[in-house]
Amino acid sequence: MKLDDKLYLVRFNTDKLNHIKILNNDVCLRCETKPCTFICPAHVYDWDEEENRIAVGYEGCLECGTCRVGCPYENIKWEYPRGGFGVSWKNG
Amino acid sequence: MEKFDVIIVGGGPAGLSAAISAARAGMKTVVIERGDFPGTKNVMGGVLYTKATEEIVPEFWKEAPLERPVIEQRYGILSGDELVSATYRDPAWAEPPYNAHTVLRVKFDRWLAEQAVKEGVMIIPETVVEDLLYHNDKVVGVRTGRPEGDLGAEVVILAEGANNFIAQKAGLAPKLTPDRVAVAVKEIIALPQEKIEDRFCLEPGQGATIELFGDSTAGMLGTAFVYTNKDSLSLGLGVMLSQLTASKLTPNDLLERLKAHPYIKRLIQGGETKEYLAHLLPEGGYKAIPKLYRQGVMVVGDTAMFVNGLHREGSNLAMISGKIAGEVAAQAIKSGDTSEQAMSVYATRVSDTFVVQDLYNYRNINGFFENNPHFLKVYPEIVADSMRMFFTADGVPKRERLKQIMNNAFAKRSKGSILKDLFGAWRALK
Ligand SMILES: Cc1cc2nc3c(=O)[nH]c(=O)nc-3n(C[C@H](O)[C@H](O)[C@H](O)COP(=O)(O)OP(=O)(O)OC[C@H]3O[C@@H](n4cnc5c(N)ncnc54)[C@H](O)[C@@H]3O)c2cc1C
Ligand code: SF4
Ligand code: SF4
Repeated sequence: MKLDDKLYLVRFNTDKLNHIKILNNDVCLRCETKPCTFICPAHVYDWDEEENRIAVGYEGCLECGTCRVGCPYENIKWEYPRGGFGVSWKNG
Repeated sequence: MEKFDVIIVGGGPAGLSAAISAARAGMKTVVIERGDFPGTKNVMGGVLYTKATEEIVPEFWKEAPLERPVIEQRYGILSGDELVSATYRDPAWAEPPYNAHTVLRVKFDRWLAEQAVKEGVMIIPETVVEDLLYHNDKVVGVRTGRPEGDLGAEVVILAEGANNFIAQKAGLAPKLTPDRVAVAVKEIIALPQEKIEDRFCLEPGQGATIELFGDSTAGMLGTAFVYTNKDSLSLGLGVMLSQLTASKLTPNDLLERLKAHPYIKRLIQGGETKEYLAHLLPEGGYKAIPKLYRQGVMVVGDTAMFVNGLHREGSNLAMISGKIAGEVAAQAIKSGDTSEQAMSVYATRVSDTFVVQDLYNYRNINGFFENNPHFLKVYPEIVADSMRMFFTADGVPKRERLKQIMNNAFAKRSKGSILKDLFGAWRALK
């Protein structure tokens, strides 16, 4: 099953405010393996070849916190979505 | 600024248990939860232990939304398409006093929150706690994300889960690192009740659990699990973030790989995936336990790294640590002393329970596996090879076969190395 189809099953109450920010794009240029692009269970981070930077799809974030711990350069500013927003599990 | 005796950050099992014990001791208690209601942000595999839960709500099984009492636990090792496993089953576990039940956290946490409300606890949902408030060195409340959202308290209990942001800000916990957390993903796969009972060989209503090591997580430090709910399976896995990062695999790759394994495939066949979930697990063990208290604050549950990965215990450690913290808070407030020393009673009491003692016993295990990555790769192979050779009936005399089994093992890993590994493992578990 494709990840996109799985994410489609998740209930979100999407905030219009973005809760994720890449602090410095230059750091990503130097980041060899770009772990954020594969350790995130929701594939929120994607390397944009044209723009030469990480594109962030914060709307699909499952709020696990993995990226924040896994970015080797602490280059991701990740905060909780505002209260009541974000993922809302159906089963848990 | 509104004032409470006890403010609890986070409405998971740790926070709600703390709230219940503080309220029972007469404290004006509030739980602040960032989700729509307690449970909507929470994920676990799903095994809830009776003994610990009963200490919070006696005879909870009569009312709580439980899935199935667990009567069978299977531990297995995957090696390629092969499976070697051991099972313990006791139908007596289907009756009180039980041992454990499977649960779904959205339902269960909501129910536990209702029990807290019955004890007089106030719950403020949809609210993120952003920081602690201080007066000199003493914690005197919390700042929330709401306008004019400061709340005052005599004691604050941090039950914010694995992402221990507030504990970090308060200087109690260091930053999380990839070798101290596991990433977990899980699916809820709907299946008709009879199908579940047939496939797992269960009487109606009974439940079973399976934990799988080895190839189930592509040889990374971690486990995969399959648990039976009423009309669905919880299937998932968790791996150390440091190892996932090195592997270049995605969590969903790992999950799909697991689902394609011939054994798992048959268990979930025809099932429909209803939800895909992700969560972090604190796996730092004893050595990563943060400072558990300071003036006016205590740290409980996942925030305190109270997870015993090897035994997949976490919710019970959360509940017991929460309960003790709630009691200590009440005692301190009643005696008018919420100093650092008064809070230290919590650390002493929780260290006297299985919560800290079990973690202490396993304090070397993570380091051992991190430093011996071959363990989870070579040994599953050796075990599966040995079992295959043992069960193969092809005319080779058994005495000869035994020699072959030993030779095969020693070819994969030298005699000296195996001895060293066994000694190392024994020392890590001692
Ligand atoms: C995949 C998986 C499988 C597991 N399987 C098992 C199992 O089978 N058995 C078992 O016993 N344990 C299991 N565990 C571990 C168990 O889930 C945890 O140990 C347990 O949930 C810890 O409880 P807690 O209350 O400390 O934290 P949590 O349950 O994480 O609760 C923390 C709460 O705080 C809230 N919160 C966090 N920050 C804030 C903030 N700043 N402001 C307001 N609210 C906030 C969150 O929304 C959440 O409700 C599993 C964990 C995972 C991830
Ligand atoms: S892991 Fe961090 S530094 Fe590397 S690409 Fe991603 S955000 Fe940039
Ligand atoms: S919190 Fe988890 S789901 Fe959200 S972006 Fe980070 S890794 Fe991805």
